[in-house]
Amino acid sequence: MRRGISWPALWLAIIGFGILYVPVVVMVVYSFNASRLVSVWAGFSTRWYGELMQNDQVLSALAKSLWVAVNAATLSTIFGVLIALAFVRYGNFRFRLLLSALASTPLVMPEVVTGLSLLLLFIAMEGFFGWPAGRGIDTIIIAHTTFGMCFAAVVVQSRLRDFDMSIEEAASDLGATQPYIFFSITLPIIAPAVVAAWLLAFTLSFDDLVIASFVSGPGSSTLPIVVFSKVRLGVTPEINALATIMIALVAASVIAASVIIYRNATGRAVAEEKGSQP
Amino acid sequence: MAAARQWISRHGRRLVVALPLVWLLVFFLMPLVEVAQTSFTVARRGIPPFAPLWGFDEDGFFTNFNLENYSLLLDYWQDYIGPAGNSLRLAFVSTLICLLFAYPMAWWIARSNPRQRAILLVLVMLPFWTSSLLRIYALIGLLNPNGFINSMLIFLGVIDTPIRMMQTDFSIYMGMLLTYLPLMILPLYAVMIRLEDDLLDAAADLGASRVGVFVTIVLPLTVPGIVAGSLLVFIPAVGEFVIPALLGGPEQIMVGKVLWTEFFRNRDWPVASAIAMLLLAILALPIIYARYQDGRETALDRAEGQGGTS
Repeated sequence: MRRGISWPALWLAIIGFGILYVPVVVMVVYSFNASRLVSVWAGFSTRWYGELMQNDQVLSALAKSLWVAVNAATLSTIFGVLIALAFVRYGNFRFRLLLSALASTPLVMPEVVTGLSLLLLFIAMEGFFGWPAGRGIDTIIIAHTTFGMCFAAVVVQSRLRDFDMSIEEAASDLGATQPYIFFSITLPIIAPAVVAAWLLAFTLSFDDLVIASFVSGPGSSTLPIVVFSKVRLGVTPEINALATIMIALVAASVIAASVIIYRNATGRAVAEEKGSQP
Repeated sequence: MAAARQWISRHGRRLVVALPLVWLLVFFLMPLVEVAQTSFTVARRGIPPFAPLWGFDEDGFFTNFNLENYSLLLDYWQDYIGPAGNSLRLAFVSTLICLLFAYPMAWWIARSNPRQRAILLVLVMLPFWTSSLLRIYALIGLLNPNGFINSMLIFLGVIDTPIRMMQTDFSIYMGMLLTYLPLMILPLYAVMIRLEDDLLDAAADLGASRVGVFVTIVLPLTVPGIVAGSLLVFIPAVGEFVIPALLGGPEQIMVGKVLWTEFFRNRDWPVASAIAMLLLAILALPIIYARYQDGRETALDRAEGQGGTS
């Protein structure tokens, strides 16, 4: 038992998991409540899911959020891979210090500062060259790409560090060009990290309220902006339904991904154990 | 052929560095310069709602540099510096509470068998991947005067009138826990999983008590995780907007919310910019320390990696 966990510590840990999960579980249960009030259980009903499906404001905001997140995540991943390549492969290139400062500060920058500063830049740029004309979906994508690429770079870098360089060296000795080596060897090997980076950038973009509020224009409200304006007015059962659907989707994908990773890992461990036996 | 290959590899490299570098210079560094400039301008009616800091007119070059926005922050310090102090206090206590729960949670995960560990890790990662806005919204349903906890307690006859939980320090701390707990657990778990069982066994075999093993071995070896996790929680918590806006009351106004109000409600962009500069000044030290810590860690990792392969 000396390697295990003591009882008081276990209790703290269980309470910690409780804090993470009790609010969400209660919300999921009450999303099926027939009554508008949280305090009264009026029987099981899917009424709020039906009303959600009728809510054009929420549905159009959802479409905008998905579009923004897909674009921002894709751009973030491309730039993130470039940053990771530069840091892991290029040694002490010129501007290394500058790039490393620029690519890591957005990770810790307060959202209100990022949002305000980007808005001021967009306004100044519009004054100078007339672009971007007004603010909308494009400016949100630019803003999300700016911090998304820094998170993507962190994810890809850690994978690239463990990379076995001898494969690339062999390809290079056989006459392959650098771009060819990258697309036919490097990219397939780091693919899991690239997918993880894309998913992280997608999630960050999809969930962002603060930065999008600053850089969005009229008619470009994303889902978090609409949710926030509704929540400010009080608890609305449709949001319970919306949150339940979104959390269920995320939970299903995270659990599926973990099961696959866990199976692969244990499979590999078993294979290695068998292989090492004489 | 060899020359062509060399050309591609040399200029390809330049492009790899230049593309993200230019993007970040334009969309990250320039905006910060823009905020700094705007914080020295005067508000006026119009679009944009402030006078340009410098420019050219018929008389040639002109500037409108002034420190009014900063003197406003000082004159009405209880409205601006006060919330900044509030932010520091609430973020600091939140970091400590996160640490209190995250430490045993990470330890439990690290000491579990592989199967249980996989399940617990998924339970930590799940909230990390779901919207924190929606989780805070779920918390409101729990803490409201007519929310789940109060209805339950009244139903069970424990209390007669609802307990006030919303718009208190308590609701802020719960919101911070809900949002930032995974960020504290993951770095702690990363250092705990590297602790060797043999080390703990040896200490126990030599007669150390459980508390002794913890204080002399476990705690010192997990300090890097404690520092990393605390910075990951403290820095964003100071600038937090959603939590004080949705869970806090007048006593819990934080600097991020003040900036938001100046910008969106009062439409005073210069003062909002000055508040942004104040927030950056407060966070400069922890941010620089986090970067230094991070750089040292990667340098250590690299050194370890090289030691392993040679």
